[in-house]
Amino acid sequence: MEKRSVDSRVRGVSTGTTILAATFDGGVVIGSDSRASIGGEYVSSKTINKVVQVHDQIFCCMAGSLADAQAVTKAAKFHLSFHSVQMETPPLVIAAASVLQELCYNNKEELQAGFITAGWDRKKGPQVYVVPLGGMLVGQPVTIGGSGSTYIYGYVDAKYKPNMSREECLQFATNALALAMGRDNVSGGVAHLVVITETGVEHVVVPGNKLPKFHNE
Amino acid sequence: MSSIGTGYDLSASTFSPDGRVFQVEYAMKAVENSSTAIAIRCKDGVVFGVEKLVLSKLYEQGSNKRIFNIDRHVGMAVAGLLADARSLSEVARDEASSFRSSYGHDIPLKHLSDRVAMYVHAYTLYSAVRPFGCSFILGSYDKDDGPQLYMVDPSGISHGYWGCAIGKAKQAAKTEIEKLQMKEMTCRELVKEVAKIIYIVHDEVKDKAFELELSWVGEVTNGRHQLIPEEVRQEAEKYAKDSLEEEDDSDEDNMRWHVSQRLHSTAPAAGESPTERGAFRDKPQGTMLSLQFNHGIV
Repeated sequence: MEKRSVDSRVRGVSTGTTILAATFDGGVVIGSDSRASIGGEYVSSKTINKVVQVHDQIFCCMAGSLADAQAVTKAAKFHLSFHSVQMETPPLVIAAASVLQELCYNNKEELQAGFITAGWDRKKGPQVYVVPLGGMLVGQPVTIGGSGSTYIYGYVDAKYKPNMSREECLQFATNALALAMGRDNVSGGVAHLVVITETGVEHVVVPGNKLPKFHNE
Repeated sequence: MSSIGTGYDLSASTFSPDGRVFQVEYAMKAVENSSTAIAIRCKDGVVFGVEKLVLSKLYEQGSNKRIFNIDRHVGMAVAGLLADARSLSEVARDEASSFRSSYGHDIPLKHLSDRVAMYVHAYTLYSAVRPFGCSFILGSYDKDDGPQLYMVDPSGISHGYWGCAIGKAKQAAKTEIEKLQMKEMTCRELVKEVAKIIYIVHDEVKDKAFELELSWVGEVTNGRHQLIPEEVRQEAEKYAKDSLEEEDDSDEDNMRWHVSQRLHSTAPAAGESPTERGAFRDKPQGTMLSLQFNHGIV
């Protein structure tokens, strides 16, 4: 497999990014930052939304090349909507993740996009799946991704507990995003968060100046 | 209700003037020539039973199976042309495994049944191919959706059922199935009833030897479709044979009553001597009548 050359003109807009998802008792929180940059030199958008709805109660976070990620989520959205009409029931979260996986794996030569899928279904409740660049599929209770995630592995490992309450989990996710955005130059802007539970979906947007501040800020 | 569709029955792509596709109807006749298969859904699973006629003593026991595993949670019992049924079981297996590969979970039975039914239906549209000459019953169990049972016939229609029967004695089998309260039964209770129904509908005169194929899928097997274990099978067959003997005795009483009404126009007195019973049993006519009472065929 050819080593892909890191050429910002060829790659176009990429999302140096921070994305994460975490399950709590009764639901799941999925979130991302909102910065899109070109080659790490210039912020092309301060308020891009990287959390995409692929079905009523299933959301995806995009990482990698924005163009690739948008194309893949568009295809996945269509596929899932057709699938759910055929099944006469909302799709399972594992089905959504598998659809993304097929697209990423079968086109791995051309694509450079990774995803975190999170949602709620009636069979298994709240779930999080991660589909990184090559098209692997793994289910985890909490997962982080993107360039900013490297700065918060320690925080997530230390602070995540299974079966938190909704408020605890939301605070945990906001803190994690804030810490990553504080250290990663290609992550920033606002924190987009979506809380998915059996009853529905709630969007929470935390503007940059309202993000939690830590000791040296 | 059979009629000859002369001229309009040469290909599946032709309708008759009264709106029938005769090739599909002839395909259904092929199913009716085959021995019976039944499946019943209860509150915690599905049980399949097939009356597998043994055409030659030289066959290895257990050969020519008529119950197939489609995916680990789906079973399929067939009636009709066995070669057509085998090819459809491969189609069903492909559908189930490709669904699992694309979506990461077990295929819901209704979807599998719709997909295979669509495939069967496609063969009823063209003159270049003939319709499939088999019906099949699909059953599965899922701990969230519960037990499911679907039947597909050669026309490509699929319906969901609580109990269904296909093959030559399907009417008699349906009558027996309707007597059961399957929604309140468990698989273990149902296995015995399924065995009994197969024994009841089996025609001792026309078809001699048969093997009873039994399988189930349900909570008792943790959602996996499997052949019935040996002890359960023996218990079920014993129950079936015992019930049949009881019915034979009570049927003979009934028969004696009805035949004597017709032949002698006198009601039998209570406590008739056993020799009278023996006399009826020896008469060939008497035997035929008793068969009719047993099978519910008039």
